[in-house]
Amino acid sequence: MDLQVLWFILVVVLFTGFFFLEGFDYGVGILLPFAAKDDIERRMFINSIGPVWDGNEVWMITAGGAMFAAFPHVYATMFSAFYMALFLMLIGLIVRGVAFEFRSKHDTSCWRSLWDWMIFIGSFLPAFLWGVAVTNLMKGFMINSDKIYMGTFWDLLSIYTIVGGITFVLVFAFHGVTYLSLKLDAKSHLMPRLRLVGTCLGGTAAIFYVLCMALTYANTDMFKSSLCLGLMILAAIVFVLAIIARRQGRCGAAFIGSALAVVFTTISVFVGLFPRILISTMNPDWSLTITNASSSPYTLSIMTVAAVIFVPLVLIYQAWSYWIFRKRVTAKDLEY
Amino acid sequence: MDVITLSRLQFAVTTIYHFLFVPLSLGLSFLVAVLSTIYLKNGKIVYKQLAKLFGKLFVISFAMGVVTGIVQEFHFGMNWSEYSRFMGDIFGAPLALEALSAFFLESVFLGVWIFGENRLPAKVHCLSIWLVAFGSNLSAFWILVANSFMQHPVGYVINNGRAEMTDFGALLTNPYVFGQFAHVLTSGIVTAGILVVSVSAYKLLRRENVAIFKTGIKIGAVYAIIGIFSVMGSGHLHTQYVGHNQPMKLASMEALWNNADPAPFTIYANIDMNKEKNTNVIDIPYALSFMLNNSPTGEVKGIKALQSEEQQQYGYDNYIPNVELLFWSFRIMLACGGIMLLLMLVTLYMSYTNRLSEYNTGWLRLLSLAIFLPFIANTVGWIIAECGRQPWMVTGLQKVGDAVSQNITSLEVWISLIGFTAVYALLAIAAIFVAVKIVRKDVTEEGSGL
Ligand code: HDD
Ligand code: HEM
Ligand code: HEM
Repeated sequence: MDLQVLWFILVVVLFTGFFFLEGFDYGVGILLPFAAKDDIERRMFINSIGPVWDGNEVWMITAGGAMFAAFPHVYATMFSAFYMALFLMLIGLIVRGVAFEFRSKHDTSCWRSLWDWMIFIGSFLPAFLWGVAVTNLMKGFMINSDKIYMGTFWDLLSIYTIVGGITFVLVFAFHGVTYLSLKLDAKSHLMPRLRLVGTCLGGTAAIFYVLCMALTYANTDMFKSSLCLGLMILAAIVFVLAIIARRQGRCGAAFIGSALAVVFTTISVFVGLFPRILISTMNPDWSLTITNASSSPYTLSIMTVAAVIFVPLVLIYQAWSYWIFRKRVTAKDLEY
Repeated sequence: MDVITLSRLQFAVTTIYHFLFVPLSLGLSFLVAVLSTIYLKNGKIVYKQLAKLFGKLFVISFAMGVVTGIVQEFHFGMNWSEYSRFMGDIFGAPLALEALSAFFLESVFLGVWIFGENRLPAKVHCLSIWLVAFGSNLSAFWILVANSFMQHPVGYVINNGRAEMTDFGALLTNPYVFGQFAHVLTSGIVTAGILVVSVSAYKLLRRENVAIFKTGIKIGAVYAIIGIFSVMGSGHLHTQYVGHNQPMKLASMEALWNNADPAPFTIYANIDMNKEKNTNVIDIPYALSFMLNNSPTGEVKGIKALQSEEQQQYGYDNYIPNVELLFWSFRIMLACGGIMLLLMLVTLYMSYTNRLSEYNTGWLRLLSLAIFLPFIANTVGWIIAECGRQPWMVTGLQKVGDAVSQNITSLEVWISLIGFTAVYALLAIAAIFVAVKIVRKDVTEEGSGL
């Protein structure tokens, strides 16, 4: 197969892994100040992602790195176009990352609630901004013939992209609910609460998801690809099934459902984009595609060898780490 | 200020901050792994207690390293997008490889190590910290491969208006990276060793867990001394290499305006960068020639001659870095190394002859203040490496002025610069608060987790 296509697929795989894994991390962080009421409950929430969140975040770093290595022009254009958005996201990720370590080290309610809110901000902000970013990807940017972004920060915000941001937040929050339902003590009093939150959140998220799809139809050319449309409809259906499964207490099925919804959505976006990565709204010929934005064949082949070695290895040991920590988190053995 | 200056300032602030934690993590992960292994072998509780305490400090340092590292990765696209276009074919590969081969390893197994103590066999638990240490040091290698290319480009061709990779092997065996990697790795050992000594001294001053921290001081001092000798050795070799490879950097480090044979080593000088000369000079004759060539004679080129050479090669421009900054940075690094070596040798001697106790308050105070020295040395070391390559972004290929993003405004960079600086400052306060909390705890208390 063509190396540029292969790398496009690999970037999709990395982003899919990122949204699937960090999706529930962000979700747990978004729910933290609201769905968990006291210190014990909050520690249970945090412990459910404690051993794994950093490994999940590396999916994003790797996706960025792979983009840099395989499609340097995309990396350059996109990251400079999103300058202010990425600045905000970075601030969020910074306070979130340290919050997990700092929170437990001092035992006053003021200190702890400070870091709880940092976890919330650091989960909400990136989730929202990724939603804005993905909808912008579908909509396209003002990119000139030199591959340089000509718009401003405010051009990235519109009704469509803000709805995209909210949708991401809600979908991830629901994904967090289904994850927590699997990871927390099944006999805990938190379970009925998660059921209620799941239904309300899931319902709202589904409405926004459909709204976002309608806006995608109105604002983009994504649905010219019937595969893209099909995948998005499929995502919406499994999402609704996940909500129902969560109501019925079938937690495993619910988690698989919300995970598949995230996965299908991510893939559908890239299917709709292909072979473009960044669409130019100024002139379709100025779009960045897998051919005019890629690295040299030599670099791509080196990177392919690296990916063939390391991606399976990473999958194996990361899966192993999930397996070690498969036990549900109870109020008794809390590390953080 | 323009976008270039602001972006440079922002890059300097954020990388220097990132690199406060990186060497600590590099050296400490390895030390904690060694302590845990010793405990596994001989079962002496003191090793476990030390491993626990320094393991906790390592986790804090690691977390700070991670969150500030993500900023670095995004930075290239955000502020230096023209650089990313020009260099991405080469530069992206080590960065992606760093994430694939090292970041996953460190972060997954750190999670396993922190939470796995009661769930895993002791040996597997100990193995996981070894993997973290291995991952951290591997990640340093990849990033230094990237940085070395900027200092000394190899294995590339200019094609399609950008640098394209032709030989990945050449990138990995860049002679520059050997010196740099050895020096950075060993500076991490120094940083961790000094931290252990300082923290132990502080605990002795507070008369807490005296027996444990007497052992702590000894281990830290041995570790630091090994590190200091290696950092000096590798630094010396690396300086020789830099002298031949980036003569302008070396001449600026030495504030050597005119060619000299034999060249003296200047200890002190008032440097006048406008008139291009030094006054009030204190010299050691022959020393510079000797250090660079292993013989008392040998020409060392001066800044003025190099400037006109570069003008001939690359066209009219100012190729002289900030001489005063480089000159003093180098002297500060050397001084820090010397002082640390002295402190550690005396400490080790006192400690082996049983002369060091919790009553030597003066000496212990000195030792707890020594914590600043490695951090200062690390920072000025990078200032030499990075400011010494000015005005080049990639030596001989791209200038800093051509590397900056075209679409960002100075207002945006002002906002991000102030934002990062403010958040980093607050973070530093919180991290110090947490670290002091950890250190002040009684290490014999059995607490769960890290
Ligand atoms: C504990 C820290 C420490 C100590 C004691 C020293 N260094 Fe160092 N030095 C570093 C920590 C460091 C560093 C932070 O790790 C740097 C920054 C860039 C690099 O490669 O390592 C560095 C850079 C650096 C450079 C610039 C390299 C470049 O341009 O790439 C030179 C020439 C030296 N060192 C030489 C020395 C010598 C001759 C030393 C002592 C005799 C010495 N250093 C002690
Ligand atoms: C692989 C690692 C590194 C790379 C690729 C890198 C690259 C860069 C880049 C792109 C700039 C901005 C352009 C410039 O002013 O030259 C820069 C500047 C700078 N970097 Fe690095 N850097 C690396 C490591 C570090 C580290 C670890 C430190 C310090 C702890 C550091 C210190 C600086 C400083 C002080 C500047 C400002 C130089 C100036 O403004 O004159 N660098 N570096
Ligand atoms: C300017 C260039 C740099 C970039 C783009 C960069 C990128 C990053 C990123 C993204 C992380 C987070 C990894 C995670 O989530 O696990 C990180 C952490 C780390 N970086 Fe950097 N980094 C830079 C400079 C350096 C240098 C010069 C070194 C070493 C010599 C270094 C060594 C490390 C290490 C060991 C970690 C792991 C965290 C820790 O141990 O503190 N980095 N870096």
